[in-house]
Amino acid sequence: MSKGLTRATLVKDLRLEWRSKDAINSMLFFALLVVVIFSFSFDPTAEESRQIAGGLVWVAFLFAAVVALNQTWGRELRNHVLDAYRVSPAPANALFLAKALGNFIFVSVLEAIMTPLFVVFYNLRALGPAYQLPVVAVLGTWALVVNGTFFAAMSVRTRNREVMLPLLLFPITIPALLAMVEATSAILTGELSAKFWIVLLGAYDVIFTIASLVLFELILHAE
Amino acid sequence: MKRAFPILAVLTAVLLSYALYEALVVAPTDALQGDVYRIIYYHVPSAWTMFVFFAINFVASVVYLIKRNLKADAVAVSAAEIGVVFCTVVLVTGPIWARPVWGIWWTWDVRLTSTLVLWLIYVSYLTLRRFASGGNMPVLAAALAIFGALDMPLVYFSIWFFRTQHPQPVVGDGGSIDPRMFQVWLINWAAFLCFGMLVFWSRYRLEVTRRDVEQIQAMQSLAEPTRTSGALR
Repeated sequence: MSKGLTRATLVKDLRLEWRSKDAINSMLFFALLVVVIFSFSFDPTAEESRQIAGGLVWVAFLFAAVVALNQTWGRELRNHVLDAYRVSPAPANALFLAKALGNFIFVSVLEAIMTPLFVVFYNLRALGPAYQLPVVAVLGTWALVVNGTFFAAMSVRTRNREVMLPLLLFPITIPALLAMVEATSAILTGELSAKFWIVLLGAYDVIFTIASLVLFELILHAE
Repeated sequence: MKRAFPILAVLTAVLLSYALYEALVVAPTDALQGDVYRIIYYHVPSAWTMFVFFAINFVASVVYLIKRNLKADAVAVSAAEIGVVFCTVVLVTGPIWARPVWGIWWTWDVRLTSTLVLWLIYVSYLTLRRFASGGNMPVLAAALAIFGALDMPLVYFSIWFFRTQHPQPVVGDGGSIDPRMFQVWLINWAAFLCFGMLVFWSRYRLEVTRRDVEQIQAMQSLAEPTRTSGALR
């Protein structure tokens, strides 16, 4: 795997995003809409809102992440950049890693901005060990983007590109989503230990990172 | 090989009628649940058959990725479709039994939920096959099948930790089941497996024929433009 290609692609994507702010703006606005709409569906100030807050936060992030993930490869289709990658001898893994890291950064920025909003709107305070929350956030975000980047590369090859991504991503992500939600709720309520869920998330990340790196070359070169 | 198809068809018909008779007449009535329990003779064998076909799908997907043999891909798609059908049977017969016995149609228990997730994963697999176009579709589908197979243990463990209500497996250690009932189970399983194989075989032949037709049409359309352009000239 060549580090140079990974770095070059990552820097290029970050620079593009920094100048256009396409992904981050649409993600932020989308997540904000989800937060507001959820507040009509559930009473956000009730004491029980702590029980469901973990679910709300992660569902909002998941939906918002799909917005960014859908833009991952579309950009490379224009001017046949993806075809150029295909004929070049550059390792496919390096490209995948760059894209996944880029998405990880975008979604992390989104989370960093949205979390204070959630705390304010839903009146949240961690009753359990709060230092575990960043761990859950990092593992959970990686779980979303590693599969998301992979499936986005698949869905970009289909007829109904943008619709296909959630259809592929959501079923496979169910265990990770369950782990994120349960871990976050356990930490927020402070009633249960989040250990099992954090270990499960770690295992999920390891398994699917390896699977994506192994299988990505096949996806890229599928003609 | 072609002569084996009617033989399998006859065997399936005989086995299915025998299994029906065994399940509805011969098998003893359950001490606690009465006759409603007899649905397990369809529920459980369908679940086993479903696993057989999803396993075939997984193996065929791996074989396709390694050998790039289109026949393996035809096996994969046929197995996935039959698997989804049996999975649907499991998901439908379960609530029919659960309503009188548990008093509820559905519960978010580990086996129910993971079966539902399994169904979702394979429906998304079939959707991908439907919407991916041309030559790259088998590769994408095979990769998704591998992701699905990797996902299943995680799905099961995560939901198992979440909750559990389904009756514990009565086969294997510590189970208590009339040996006569177990025998009827196996007969039903054999019948459904034969039936599944029969449909699978037809589906596979259909898929291979469909590809042959596509290829012939493609060849013809390649041949045609030269003829028309010749006429124009």
